[in-house]
Amino acid sequence: MSEHAELKTGPLEYRREDGPLTILGFWIFLAAEVVLFSTLFATYAVLFGRYGEATPAHELFEMPMALTMTFLLLVSSFTCGIAVHMMRKESLKGLVIWLIITLALGLGFLGFEIYEFVHYVHEGATIQSSAFWSAFFTLTGTHGLHVTLGVFWCTAIIIQLIRFGLTPVIARKTFVIGLYWHFLDVVWIFIFTAVYLIGMVV
Amino acid sequence: MWDFIWNDFLVTGEPIIYGAMASIVLATVGIVFVLTYFKLWKWLWDEYLTTVDHKKIGIMYIIAALAMLFRGGVDALMMRTQLALPNMNFLNSVHYNEIFTTHGTVMILFMAMPFIIGLMNVAVPLQIGARDVAFPFLNAFSFWTFFFGAMLFNISFVIGGSPSAGWTSYVPMAGPELSPEINQNYYLLGLQLSGIGTLATGINFLVTILRMRAPGMTLMKMPIFTWSALITSIIIIFAFPILTIALALMTLDRIFGTHFFTLAGEGMPMMWANLFWLWGHPEVYIVILPAFGVFSEVISTFARKQLFGYKAMVYAMCVIAGLSFIVWVHHFFTMGAGAGVNSLFSITTMLIAVPTGIKIFNWLGTMYKGRIRFNVPMLWALAFIPNFTIGGVTGVMLGMASADYQYHNTYFLIAHFHYVLIAGTLFGMFAGLTYWYPKMFGHKMNEKLGKISFWFTVIGFNITFLPQFFLGLMGMPRRTYTIEPEWMPLNLLSTAGAFVLAAGFVIFTFNIYYSARYEPREKTGDAWDGRSLEWATTTPVPHYNFATVPYVNSHEAYWDMKETGATTYDESKLEPIHMPSYKGLPIIMSAIMFIASFGLVWHWFWLAIPGLLGVIICMVIRSFDFDEGYHVPIEEIKRTEEQARGRKE
Repeated sequence: MSEHAELKTGPLEYRREDGPLTILGFWIFLAAEVVLFSTLFATYAVLFGRYGEATPAHELFEMPMALTMTFLLLVSSFTCGIAVHMMRKESLKGLVIWLIITLALGLGFLGFEIYEFVHYVHEGATIQSSAFWSAFFTLTGTHGLHVTLGVFWCTAIIIQLIRFGLTPVIARKTFVIGLYWHFLDVVWIFIFTAVYLIGMVV
Repeated sequence: MWDFIWNDFLVTGEPIIYGAMASIVLATVGIVFVLTYFKLWKWLWDEYLTTVDHKKIGIMYIIAALAMLFRGGVDALMMRTQLALPNMNFLNSVHYNEIFTTHGTVMILFMAMPFIIGLMNVAVPLQIGARDVAFPFLNAFSFWTFFFGAMLFNISFVIGGSPSAGWTSYVPMAGPELSPEINQNYYLLGLQLSGIGTLATGINFLVTILRMRAPGMTLMKMPIFTWSALITSIIIIFAFPILTIALALMTLDRIFGTHFFTLAGEGMPMMWANLFWLWGHPEVYIVILPAFGVFSEVISTFARKQLFGYKAMVYAMCVIAGLSFIVWVHHFFTMGAGAGVNSLFSITTMLIAVPTGIKIFNWLGTMYKGRIRFNVPMLWALAFIPNFTIGGVTGVMLGMASADYQYHNTYFLIAHFHYVLIAGTLFGMFAGLTYWYPKMFGHKMNEKLGKISFWFTVIGFNITFLPQFFLGLMGMPRRTYTIEPEWMPLNLLSTAGAFVLAAGFVIFTFNIYYSARYEPREKTGDAWDGRSLEWATTTPVPHYNFATVPYVNSHEAYWDMKETGATTYDESKLEPIHMPSYKGLPIIMSAIMFIASFGLVWHWFWLAIPGLLGVIICMVIRSFDFDEGYHVPIEEIKRTEEQARGRKE
C-alpha cells in the first residue's frame, strides 16, 4: 500500500496504486453529485407550473434549440469516449485532438445555453420572475456551471498532456474528467426529458 | 464610512457585545504574543497549519470542537439565566433569539460534527492498519474549510449581527422579507463553507475504509468504530448535498431575489422545512452513530469481553442509516400533510427504536458476566445507556403523530433531543476522547479529575433537562424568552443544573491541562489492554503509523496479536514507506474561500468575485502540483521503532 510502484500492464490510469483510489473517490463524488442534482430536480418538480405573473414555459421553450443542445452534448460525450479510447491506445496526439473536439462541442452547448437564457430574459422570464423560473434557471444553470467548470478543467489537462506527455498520473486525471463529462451528459438527458419535453406538452 | 462601520458593520449598543469584543481582541493579542514571544510561529506553520497527518488533523478538529463547546455552552448559560425567573431582563427578545440560534447551530455543526470527525481522524486509519487516509491533502482541506466556516459563523456575533431565525432557519422568518438584515447570510455561508469540508471527509473516509485496510481485514473483521465511521461516511455523502442545495437556494432567495421559499412569486416556504430535514434527520444519525461506535469499543475493552452480537451491531447500524432518510416529516407533523403521510412517517420513526434497542441489549450483553473496570471512559458509557434510553423512549412518544400535536415545539422536545444529543453524542465524544487520549498525547487523562467531571456533568445534565420534560407537558413553548410564573420552580431548578453541567465541562477542560503537566507518561502504547489495531502501535505513534502491517484474522486484531506475540515491527518485512508532503495550500485556499464568503454575506461582489477567482487559481495550482511525497528510509524506521520499543522493555 505504501509504494508508488508502477504496474507494467493494464490501463495506464490504474497502474499506480493511487490511481484506483482517486477513481473510486471520484465515483463516490459523482454519487454525491447525483444527490445534488436530484434535489434540484425535486425542487423543480415541486415548483412546476408556479408562474405567478410570468410567462408560462410552454410559450418560450423551443424544440429545435433544446434538440440542438442535446445533440451537441451527446456527441461531445461520444468524442470524449473516443479520446479515452485513444488514451488506451497510448496515442497522445489522438487523445489531445479528440479532447479538443469535445471541448469545442461543450463550448457550443454553452453558447446555445447562454443564448437561450438571454432570450428568455428578453421575453420577461428571469430568475426573479416566479418560483418556476427560479427553479428552471437554477437547475439548468447549475448544469451549465458544471459544464463551464469542466471546460476549464479539461483545458488544464490538455495543457498538462502537451507539456508532460501521457504519464500514469495525467492518464488518471484524463480518465476522471471523462467520467465527469459523461455524468454531465446523463444529467442533461434528464433535464431534456423533465424540463423541455414535459414543459412543452403540459 | 465611519458611520457605516459603527452602525452597521460592528454590532454596538450592548454591554455583553462590548465585553465579547474586548475578550476577542484580548484573546487574539494574547495568542499572538505567546506565539511571538516563544518563537512558535514557524513551529505552528510547519507542524500543524500545513499538516496532512490524520493524527494531527484529528487533534486540531477536537481542539476546535472543545472551543466551540465552550462558545455554545456560554450561549446555553445565558439562555438559562434569562429563563431562571419570570420577567428577567438579562437578554432582550432579539438577543435571546440570536443566542438560541447560535447555540443550536454551533453545537450541532461546529461542536458535534468536528468532534466525531476528529475522533474518526485519530482512530480509523490506526484501526484498519493504514498509513494515512486515502486523500491526505483533501483531509487538510476539509479541516480548514470547517475551521473557516465556523469562524465566519462566529464573527457574526460582533460584525454585522448573529442570525436569529433558529438553527433550523425556517422561512419566511429567515427569508428576505422578515430578515432583511445580513445576519442570516452568515448562517447560510458559514454552513455552506464547512459543509464542503464535511462532504469531502465523507468521501475520504469511505475510500480509506474500503480500500486501505490491512491484509486479511474483510469488512466483517473491521473494528466496530470503523464500521460506524463507514456508515456515517455513507450518510454524509447522501445527506450533505441536500444541505448544499437548500442553503444555496435560500442564498439565492436572499441575495439574488429568487422565489424558492418566498410568499411572493408562488414560492413554497414549507419546501425549506422539507429540504432542511431531509438533510437534518440523517445529520442526527451522523452525529450519533460514531458515538455508538465509541461506546461499543469502550464497553468491550473495559468489560474485558468480545463485543456481544458484532454482526447484529453492524446490521443495526445499516438499518438505522437507511431509516434515517425516510423519517424527516416527523419534524413537522403539524404541517398538515394529512393522516396518511403522518401515519407513514410515524411508523418509520418508531421503527428506528428496533435496531437501536438491539444495540442497547448488545451493550448490556457485552457487559454481562464481564469483569468490568470502572475507568472514566467506561463511566461515560455506563451513564449513556440509561440516559440515552430516556431520550429514545421520549422520541417514540414524539414520533406518534397524533400525540405530537401536543408536544410539538414545547420543552418536551427540547428535553428529548438534549437527552439524545448530550447523553448520546457528547458522552460518546468524552468517552472517546478519554479513551484515545493516551494514543494521541502519550499520557492518560487524570482519573480522579475525570471522575469528578463525570459526576458533575451527569448529575448537572439530569437536573437541567429532566424538569424540561415536565415544563413541556405544562405547555412551556420552546424559543420563548420569558417564562410564566407557574413555570418558575422547574425553570429555576433547570438553570441551577445548567451551571453544575458547566462546572463539569470546566473540570474536564482543566483536566487536559492538569494531565499534561502531572500525569505519568504512557509508555506501552497499549494503555487500556485494548483489542484493536490502534493499540498495537507505539506511543507516541510514529508519523507513518505502522512499520509493518500485520495480517488480520478477526475484528479484534490486536487481541490475537497479543496471544501470538506478533508486533507491528517485523524487521524482515521492512520497506521504505511512502508518505505525502505537508502542504500550505489547504489553509490558504480555505482562507480565500472565507474572504469570498464574507464578501457575499455583505453583498460585496467586489470582494466575493475576486475571492472566487482566487479559489479557482488555487485549484489550478493544485492541478499542476506533481509533488509525489517522499519515502521514509528503512534506517529511519528502524531508529524510530527501536527507540520507541527499547524504552518499552
